[in-house]
Amino acid sequence: MPLEQKLKYEAERDVKFANWVTRETGGENLRHCIQCGVCSATCPLSLYMDYTPRRLINLAREGFKKEVLSSLTIWLCASCYACRVECPKKIQVTDIMYLLKRRAIQEGVYPRHFPIPVLAKEFGRMIFLFGRVNETLLVIDLFLRTNWFRFLGMTRLGMNLMRTGRMSFIPEQIKRKRELRKILAALDAEEQKESAL
Amino acid sequence: MKYLYFPGCSLKGTGKAYEESLLAVFGALGVELQELEDWNCCGATAYMSVDETKSYALAGRILALAERERLDVVAPCSACYLVLNKTQKSLQEHPELHRKVTGALQAAGLDYKGTVKVRHPLDVLMNDVGLDAIKQKITSPMAGHKFAPYYGCQIVRPYATFDDQHNPVTMDQILQASGAECVEYPHKTRCCGGSLTGTVPEVGLRLAYILIKEAKQRGAEAIVTVCPLCQFNLDGYQDAIAKKYERVDLPILYFTQILGLALGLPAADLGFKRGIISAEAVLAGR
Ligand code: SF4
Ligand code: SF4
Repeated sequence: MPLEQKLKYEAERDVKFANWVTRETGGENLRHCIQCGVCSATCPLSLYMDYTPRRLINLAREGFKKEVLSSLTIWLCASCYACRVECPKKIQVTDIMYLLKRRAIQEGVYPRHFPIPVLAKEFGRMIFLFGRVNETLLVIDLFLRTNWFRFLGMTRLGMNLMRTGRMSFIPEQIKRKRELRKILAALDAEEQKESAL
Repeated sequence: MKYLYFPGCSLKGTGKAYEESLLAVFGALGVELQELEDWNCCGATAYMSVDETKSYALAGRILALAERERLDVVAPCSACYLVLNKTQKSLQEHPELHRKVTGALQAAGLDYKGTVKVRHPLDVLMNDVGLDAIKQKITSPMAGHKFAPYYGCQIVRPYATFDDQHNPVTMDQILQASGAECVEYPHKTRCCGGSLTGTVPEVGLRLAYILIKEAKQRGAEAIVTVCPLCQFNLDGYQDAIAKKYERVDLPILYFTQILGLALGLPAADLGFKRGIISAEAVLAGR
């Protein structure tokens, strides 16, 4: 039987990472967490998570970067905000999940073939192209990129949506796509300026 | 009474029945909706996981376009409603974010001041039109029908703008004004699983199943909702739920469809044919 380390060591902490979290929007009061567990108790997804929200918060503030960024927890969070409204210390758990998701995508450490990060990225790409999102095309693209086998299992749903006129294969587009691109380009320029500092 | 209308992507796609019934009901109540010109996607929950500033800028463009019209914006989709509200709040609270987003909008000739009011159709119906005015226009009350009122997450969380956060009642009141009965439904604000139904079905389907099953056990003949994603999850995946758990067969309707029937509007104008689970029993005799 392979031996596995069960306890975490001081030396494995990345304090810079923890500090980064507290500087991001939503992460400011991370250190106020009293580990009461209300977030885990309220979260409808916690029973599927590898770390419950309470544990994830603790790992994040102690700087266990690898565990946090490669966790399934952040991708299972459905942004329902139940934890956030119940937290006695007003920790913005949902926004912390968001900022960790962004960092995981940036660092490319999200679980492979777990379709949620792929969905998120694809969603963004579609907005840049058309300004709007066509759900039908989004779903097809998602399954082709991750698990087109499962797509076959979805054909029943597809046929139902077709029958009820809820599917469309023509992307809706905005008229002033240039306006949208200018906005995004301005933000890209801003970001470059920042990273050059 | 006139408002700007921000449909968002869902109401033009899988949530068409919501748009159809909403426009019919507002029309019947004399409320004018003017569709926001050249609106873009709000980014929903997905894009916030990719890029924060750009997400806020997407929503910022919508708000800036709306400000030009000097009208309140009605956002019927729960995700859009939250994104627009959250954007205004976050830009107010974080000066650095505000600077970046308004700067980028200006580069495209858009001006964001943060002055526009984002409203939910339930809020408009309750607080601007008023229950009494609605009751006066009810011609075919939904007597004898029992529904489970389901609000989902994002219109009451994290901000409770016009209703109670833990036990919202505005939709209950509108359904009751329509002559229907509401069953006690403790899951009214429980999460439907969002996009997990499609992406991680082993998890998402269970969340949806719990909601449908509970409503059925409580004696509801349909779940009535305010959110296109909730409607899609609960209606569209019942075949998959039948395979994995059991067949429940519960219609999932929008509150505007029920109110529309009570206002005497023909079912054909209210998007009933778009439900995957047929709502025949609700329509019986109409
Ligand atoms: S509810 Fe708040 S204080 Fe309690 S464990 Fe969760 S984040 Fe920490
Ligand atoms: S927002 Fe995420 S972590 Fe919080 S309760 Fe909902 S699913 Fe759980």
